[in-house]
Amino acid sequence: MSSAQQPPLSPQPVAEQQLPKEHYLNATYGIRSWLLTTDHKRIAILYLISVTFFFFIGGIFASLIRLHLLTPGGYLVTPETYNKLFTMHGVAMIFFFLIPSIPAVLGNFLIPIMIGAKDLAFPKINLLSWYIYLVGGAFVLYSFSTGGLDTGWTFYTPLSSIYSNSAVTPAVIGIFINGFSSILTGLNFIITVHTMRAPGMTWFRLPLFVWAHYATSLIFILGTPVIAITLLLAGLERMFHMGFFNPVYGGDPILFQHLFWFYSHPAVYIMILPAMGVISEIIPTFARKPIFGYDFIAASSIGIAVIGFIVWAHHMFLTGQATYAALAFSFLSYLVAIPSAVKVFNWTATLYKGSISFDTPMLYGLGFIGLFTIGGLTGLFLACLGLDIHLHDTYFVVAHFHYIMVGGAIMGYLGGIHFWWPKITGRLYPEYLARIAAITLFVGFNLTFFPQFILGYLGMPRRYHNYPPEYQVLNVMSTAGASILALGYLLPMVYLTWSMRYGKVAGKNPWPATGLEWTTDSPPLTENFHETPVVDWEPYDFLHRPELGLLGATSKKIVPAHGDD
Amino acid sequence: MQSELPLYPEQASNFAPQVDGLVLFMIAVCAFFAVVICAAVIYFFFKYQRKHPDEVGVPIHGDMRLEIAWIVLPFFLLMAMFGWGAVIYVDYRHTPNDTLDVYVIGKQWMWKLQQPDGRKEINELHVPVNRNVRLVMASEDVIHDFSVPAFRVKMDVVPGHYNTMWFRPTKPGRYHFFCSQYCGTNHAVMGGWVTVMEQDDYAKWLSGTTASEDPVAVGQKLYSDLACNTCHQADGKGRGPSYNGVYGSHVKLADGSTVVVDDNYIRESILQPNAKIVAGYLPVMPSFQGQVTEDQIAALTAYIKSLKDQAAPGKPGAAESATGKK
Repeated sequence: MSSAQQPPLSPQPVAEQQLPKEHYLNATYGIRSWLLTTDHKRIAILYLISVTFFFFIGGIFASLIRLHLLTPGGYLVTPETYNKLFTMHGVAMIFFFLIPSIPAVLGNFLIPIMIGAKDLAFPKINLLSWYIYLVGGAFVLYSFSTGGLDTGWTFYTPLSSIYSNSAVTPAVIGIFINGFSSILTGLNFIITVHTMRAPGMTWFRLPLFVWAHYATSLIFILGTPVIAITLLLAGLERMFHMGFFNPVYGGDPILFQHLFWFYSHPAVYIMILPAMGVISEIIPTFARKPIFGYDFIAASSIGIAVIGFIVWAHHMFLTGQATYAALAFSFLSYLVAIPSAVKVFNWTATLYKGSISFDTPMLYGLGFIGLFTIGGLTGLFLACLGLDIHLHDTYFVVAHFHYIMVGGAIMGYLGGIHFWWPKITGRLYPEYLARIAAITLFVGFNLTFFPQFILGYLGMPRRYHNYPPEYQVLNVMSTAGASILALGYLLPMVYLTWSMRYGKVAGKNPWPATGLEWTTDSPPLTENFHETPVVDWEPYDFLHRPELGLLGATSKKIVPAHGDD
Repeated sequence: MQSELPLYPEQASNFAPQVDGLVLFMIAVCAFFAVVICAAVIYFFFKYQRKHPDEVGVPIHGDMRLEIAWIVLPFFLLMAMFGWGAVIYVDYRHTPNDTLDVYVIGKQWMWKLQQPDGRKEINELHVPVNRNVRLVMASEDVIHDFSVPAFRVKMDVVPGHYNTMWFRPTKPGRYHFFCSQYCGTNHAVMGGWVTVMEQDDYAKWLSGTTASEDPVAVGQKLYSDLACNTCHQADGKGRGPSYNGVYGSHVKLADGSTVVVDDNYIRESILQPNAKIVAGYLPVMPSFQGQVTEDQIAALTAYIKSLKDQAAPGKPGAAESATGKK
């Protein structure tokens, strides 16, 4: 299926390929067919549009923040406005972009197809969760546009519950409502994975993407109710002066932090685990070999989800908590580093003796390994009690979590979007432009956030609208990086949109990859498969899949598992 | 003066070299792993580049020995990091006995600091070099955080109770301090300077100023103004315990537990008197929540502290209680 004079790239569409006659995008037409759809793929597209909207809102705030910090005096906006910018940046990005991004877009689209199901277990609840997300988002946008929000995304009391004069109540209500969207999505995923796997799709044949989402869903349903209750209590204290957190009313402000981080630390894993799932698909596909240590990668997802629930107070080493509590939480935080490290080692080992290509998803995948490694290792600095005394609440923390959230989660998200774009739209994106964008993002990202590690060690506190002049050089570097980063985000927006109409037709399996989703049409039918697939191959096995058309493939062990003939 | 692009802040306290030593260790270990991983990724990327479009990789599914190695080896390194960090932290949280106590009150958006002799400063802190200094910190509104990068120390300042932190300045000079817990609109300007002075200079600085109000005297006046003295009589015969010899002692409570009388306990007993009742007394004291300021609590505490060497009178129902009297 390829010609010799071409560079060794895998996505090589065959000229005569055409989109399938009928697929989920053209099955029905009209606005109602989208807004009332129960097709998980269409709901994923709805989510794609809405999370992109919030990503751009959050991105505009971020750009303004970096512009403002170009000079020590910070002359662009007033302190009030600056505080609102970083708060709204955090709220938009975390609750309305990062948390739903991979699960609700890629997970929604792919999990049923990957396990050979026609849809999620509860298609109507799936649609409901998107509407809940919209209602929550509307409340938050209302808060943003009627005075904004200046509490920090962490909503620490008693600042948020008593002292802030900004629109806290609608924002808190919005996040509270949005939480139900996460809970329902998590519930849907768990039940779907348990009950709707195709014949032969055993637990240890599940793609690691599904394992990662299973672990994420556990956090969704166990953790989200806690943040909902916490914000509800803060809201009650604000509206009715009920004493939960304000000591003047007999409350305890530290209680809020315990409750908040009990959810919000696992929430970090909600954001990163799905990205790890994406990377676990990309790396074996573009190294053309089975993933190294499947069992360990799968188990480490569950390990991260479980241990992630008992590390929360490492955000609170300097609140005056008991020394013994701090020791315990520091120890546990080091334990959670191990499953993360296991994943990185296994991904790296997968590359050994592979057949590696430069395709865009792989660039994101390898970029992810590097950036997540730095993000993870700097987390060890913050988990270290002695260092946290110095680093807590400085730019070191900001740099660390942006390495995880942007370098990890968003790189994973973009890698996944590129990887599955042919499946979602049936068309290929322009490869070279996409590579340029990936490299631009990598360079811009590092230039933006690496200087912030040094700023943090120098002691520059986070959430400062101005700073002493000795910090300026590093801030200028960071702002310069942010402008490159912004460009890197705009590029995919443009060429992906372009490719929906003008991209080359991809065919079923352009890479080729081994997952069940690549055995059906691109874009798939509304029912995903023409007939129920039967899985009788091991995950990421290229050798026993002659239909992939690769060298040295044997037909041993294989039975055609897709039925479009 | 530091260069245009400094890489670490000045080392000006006992903790600074400890923290910097630990961070160098962490950087060495982490850089090793980061370099190994990145080098492996880059090397594999070029070495195993796809030569033919239809080529596949060698099917290797895993290796149990490797998996165990990269679980066990990092575990020991992580425990070394944990242990070293814990040693510094335990030291930091365990204040020595011979400290110079400075009371710090944070409020939106300024710091009020009070030297042991009562001298008050705003957004400025003068301390002598090579003395252990303890900051006893309270907030009047939201959570703040007192952070001195050159000392490598910080601690949240939380409304509702005292947090303390300590350090020993080792190098005279002027250093930034910041509020590093976000506290609202002017969070970024809620900071100032710590001036570390030679001990002689510090003594001169203290004496060279008009003597401000002695917190003990202020506390003593409050003791009568707020009518504390009607119940808390010195001879222990009132409805509340005497203050004599009580500071720093272990006191038995009505529920059978014991508590050390420290700044936090005194503060709580003023604001929420019924939280911990001394054995033998009735929960009759009204709350002074909202009636006393943080400064006044600090003054009352200073007054009670000044009485710690007075002989404690016998207490009804708690004969053995004053064991902590030294």
